[in-house]
Amino acid sequence: MAWTRNVLRVNLTKGSITNEPLNMKWANDYLGQRGLATKYLVEETDPKCDPLGPDNKMIMTTGPLTGTMASTGGRYSVVTKSPLTGVIACSNSGGFIGAEIKNAGWDMIIFEGKSPKPVYLYIEDDKVELLPADDLWGKSVWEADEMLHKKHQDPLLRVATVGRSAEAGCLYSGIINDLHRAAGRSGVGTVMASKNLKAVAVRGTKGVSNIKDPAGFMKATQEGKKVLAENAVTGQGLPALGTQVLMNVINEIGAMPTRNWREVQFEGASKISGEAMKEPRPSDGRPNLTTNAGCFGCTIACGRISTIDKGHFTVDNKPEYWGASGGLEYEAAWALGSDCGVDDLDALTYANFLCNEDGFDPIDFGSTVAAAMELFESGAITTKETGGVELRFGDPKALAWAAEVVARGEGFGKDLGLGSQRLCEKYGKPEFSMTVKGQAFPAYDPRGIQGMGLTYATSNRGACHLRSYTVSSEVLGIPEKTDPLVTDGKPELVKAFQDATAAVDSSGLCVFTAFAWTLEDISPQIDAACEGDWTADKLLEVGERIWNMERDYNLAAGITGKDDTLPKRLLKDAAKTGPATGKVNGLAEMLPHYYEIRGWTKDGVPTPDTRKRLGLNPKGVAA
Amino acid sequence: MLKSLQIEPEKCTGCLQCEMACSYQATGVFNPAVSRIKIFAFHEEGRFVPYTCTQCSEAWCMHACPVEAIVYNEKTGAKEVLEDVCVGCKVCTIACPFGTVNYNQATRVVYKCDLCGGDPECAKACPTEAITYVDSDHTGLDRMRAHAAQNLPQQSSQT
Repeated sequence: MAWTRNVLRVNLTKGSITNEPLNMKWANDYLGQRGLATKYLVEETDPKCDPLGPDNKMIMTTGPLTGTMASTGGRYSVVTKSPLTGVIACSNSGGFIGAEIKNAGWDMIIFEGKSPKPVYLYIEDDKVELLPADDLWGKSVWEADEMLHKKHQDPLLRVATVGRSAEAGCLYSGIINDLHRAAGRSGVGTVMASKNLKAVAVRGTKGVSNIKDPAGFMKATQEGKKVLAENAVTGQGLPALGTQVLMNVINEIGAMPTRNWREVQFEGASKISGEAMKEPRPSDGRPNLTTNAGCFGCTIACGRISTIDKGHFTVDNKPEYWGASGGLEYEAAWALGSDCGVDDLDALTYANFLCNEDGFDPIDFGSTVAAAMELFESGAITTKETGGVELRFGDPKALAWAAEVVARGEGFGKDLGLGSQRLCEKYGKPEFSMTVKGQAFPAYDPRGIQGMGLTYATSNRGACHLRSYTVSSEVLGIPEKTDPLVTDGKPELVKAFQDATAAVDSSGLCVFTAFAWTLEDISPQIDAACEGDWTADKLLEVGERIWNMERDYNLAAGITGKDDTLPKRLLKDAAKTGPATGKVNGLAEMLPHYYEIRGWTKDGVPTPDTRKRLGLNPKGVAA
Repeated sequence: MLKSLQIEPEKCTGCLQCEMACSYQATGVFNPAVSRIKIFAFHEEGRFVPYTCTQCSEAWCMHACPVEAIVYNEKTGAKEVLEDVCVGCKVCTIACPFGTVNYNQATRVVYKCDLCGGDPECAKACPTEAITYVDSDHTGLDRMRAHAAQNLPQQSSQT
């Protein structure tokens, strides 16, 4: 229960739409969303398939608590094989469309094949159609969203769509829903565009029922909300400053990657921080931050809604950017700001607006621009390649230009759309790329936060902070404080975070609740909603099963333990300032022990015993 | 003492907890599509505005109903729809100047806010107190106090 038990299967090659029952045996083993959709992908596709070919599938999936009154219960994920990394992609988004899909009566939508012509999927409860999208193709996310609302004359329609960057083949394009929420990482939007699928538009009026124990569920979710409200991070820090509450904190501890990770502190951090977003601008007397906003069902409301000064050079004579829209989260502020050395808050907000307007990941985009700036500085790229633009660190005009050309897939924007790794290889400086498995790092330098080095190296979707956010423990002291500068105990910490996070990502809840909630807070909510016996221990086991299933998929896709590494810059070049001065990341001290406690061989492969214990039987591997 | 729903849009984050609480109380399903309270998002302005029935004293909907299916609850002040009397003619939905009475295709009758019999779920579910349930005669009290406080002399910072 809590699941609708209905799966929508859309074959884009044939144009067929079928309804099938959810595999409840798998739901019991993998819960929902990330875990369950990955199980479907693993069973139905070849891990060696071309991510942008018709054999790859793309699954939009909700969790059992999506669309319920559980706080943050509005999440959905997109699971597919990534064209950026060549391994599993699982990108999670909030906003409102996840709950709308569930309200229409569907747990997940499996897209397979490739449409001969541009189409979009229209869902009105049981009425599901593939409709022509010739008029939408070539339009931005914001234009397509408006056109679909007008065409269907339905202000309550929820829309997820790809922008022009994805159509142009940018490898880190995301899927944007509700104008500014994103399934942002690993190029899931690029996959969607490769299938000639422009958008998914949903109206759901059935709602979510079938709660196993309604009274128990209301009580458990009520208690959960109280814990969130009374917690300093989820009750105060995040609503007031958003994830941008971290900018000054991380800079002070010397873990703020700056100018393509050559430095660990940014002198302009305070100018692009959450606090700065609330300061009235000298120019127009208004702050960058207009309000905070919640996704569906979220009682934290960390979302930023921002407005750019009408006189700012980025929007001068461009009234289409004068209104409020999705503002800077910490990751975007860091990637567009510190990593490119830019401290102009409104310029970063403009670049962030373009990331939403044309659907590309601000982390990989910012990191690619930072790498391009270093390539330019070294002479590997010149104004000949950029078409005359001086691509220098710290220049807000260069950043704004880069966002514009990537958004439209024009000129040098095609090169920038390759991502940091392919760009640096193309121009002969692979060592400039700050990536793992082809995906750019997020905003925590593992020289100053050691556990994050292991997190990045072993993340199943390439460099990522959301697979095991040990920053919680190493910086914020949640659930208990560990020393960010030591490697001792970090393998255990990383494994525990990875397994717990995989479970949370499979529930329909937001991982940010984990600042306040442990699995002991989450399990009563899932248990009251879903049939079966959902203890914290079972959730942890489900999380471990998901982690190993993803690992097996990645190994079958062609990676090996050798890919679990970091760029030389983090392993050889010591931090020059701040508390981590003199430190590199001690990955070699952590990785062998991590493999051991995972129950993997010294080459990073799950042993037969580990697979047996977790009930895994990957294709092509003897049981 | 009658109480009223007091709405302060500037506190709303658009999370829809109220819509779920409302629909769950009324239908047993988490279903914003049939919520009696609605949150309107004004994207360009960055504002969210909750909107529902204000329970007019001279209720247009009640006067318009040809079969007396909308009745006054003396205990709560709510105008309530008697579902077994309503014939689904929708005249009340036309009469209401605010649009807060609506027709439901599934039940074939109209639905509107009934203050949950005097304990509105939307107010309890709101995480930011954008919706509160307060004394009908003093809905402006907090705003009056806030304005009154502006004229207080500066307190010494030393105690």
